[in-house]
Amino acid sequence: MDKLGVYAIPSAVFLIVIFGLMRGVPLFDTFVAGAKEGFSSTISILPSLIGLMMAVAMLSASGALDILSSLLSPVAAFLGLPPQVMPLVLIKPISGSGSTAVLAQIFQNCGTESFAGRVASVMSGSTETTFYAIAVYFGSVGIKKTRHTIPAALTADFTAFVVSALAVRLFFQS
Amino acid sequence: MSALLNYIWAGLIIISVICAAVTGRMPQLSAAVMSGAAGAVELVIAMMGMMCAWTGLMKIADEGGITRILSKLLRPVMRRLFPACKEDSPATKAICMNITANLLGLGNAATPMGIAAMKEMAKLNPTQTADNSMAMFVVINAASIQLIPTFMGTLRAKYGSPAPFDILPAVWLTSICALVVGITMAKLLEGRSSG
Repeated sequence: MDKLGVYAIPSAVFLIVIFGLMRGVPLFDTFVAGAKEGFSSTISILPSLIGLMMAVAMLSASGALDILSSLLSPVAAFLGLPPQVMPLVLIKPISGSGSTAVLAQIFQNCGTESFAGRVASVMSGSTETTFYAIAVYFGSVGIKKTRHTIPAALTADFTAFVVSALAVRLFFQS
Repeated sequence: MSALLNYIWAGLIIISVICAAVTGRMPQLSAAVMSGAAGAVELVIAMMGMMCAWTGLMKIADEGGITRILSKLLRPVMRRLFPACKEDSPATKAICMNITANLLGLGNAATPMGIAAMKEMAKLNPTQTADNSMAMFVVINAASIQLIPTFMGTLRAKYGSPAPFDILPAVWLTSICALVVGITMAKLLEGRSSG
């Protein structure tokens, strides 16, 4: 089953190029234009990433990250999650750069192929920055009362957190 | 929300310094200030190649009209989720384009299309209270439906993963569960919550 993931990228690249060829897209020029957009959007996250990676590295070096994880370990155990991913659970709905910083710290401390590393990866890949999406979309049309949006969106995030550990156990038998 | 982040960021730093003082880890903390900030730059540079290659490829797919083609396939599904929007209305079109862009991971394209969708929905609802369609739309956008989360995969590769995308099936399973729960909750709560 994990072979499927290995095929995802090469087949996506192959299909995109064939599709572009069939639709008469100027392939290389378009690729370069797109890469340029990617360049500027990657650069644009850098300042907030510097601030947050500095803060998370400080949190880790001071031992506060370990204390936070062990304080939350009863909650983690109840949800079937490794304790190291609990900081990610807290920051993920609030800040995209913050969760990148925490995810990088988890990879550095536990490794990408550890149970915690894999669960953290699945969490990151299956949730969005919920409050950011809510702020951007409702803010754009001046909506003040969001009614049931936040409870529904947070329930979805919570589901993703719990299922991510189950899914990693299912696909990796760890 | 950024106001909250101001407090969180300050809190992280203050807690770190106090904690390091108590546990006697000041030398490590001092090193972390430098290495953390430098690490962000290294990370972005290491990830730049893959991120640019991917946005370049997705631009080809987008110019070829993949968003338009796939978004037409979504319309029958969207009719069930957004009963207030007529099938050929500009609102439905914008919603479908936004969701397709999200599936393909075209973040740069998804947000403007999503804002366009919200503006179309606001024409039908000129109040300051979200209607059911708006709530459903934002719930779907707050869940991740990206088929290939390239940023996460690239980050895994940067930290030495031999097969950074081997977790995709687990991601898909998790995303689907979260999306189904989010949509179900939005539908269930529609009747209960009022402006």
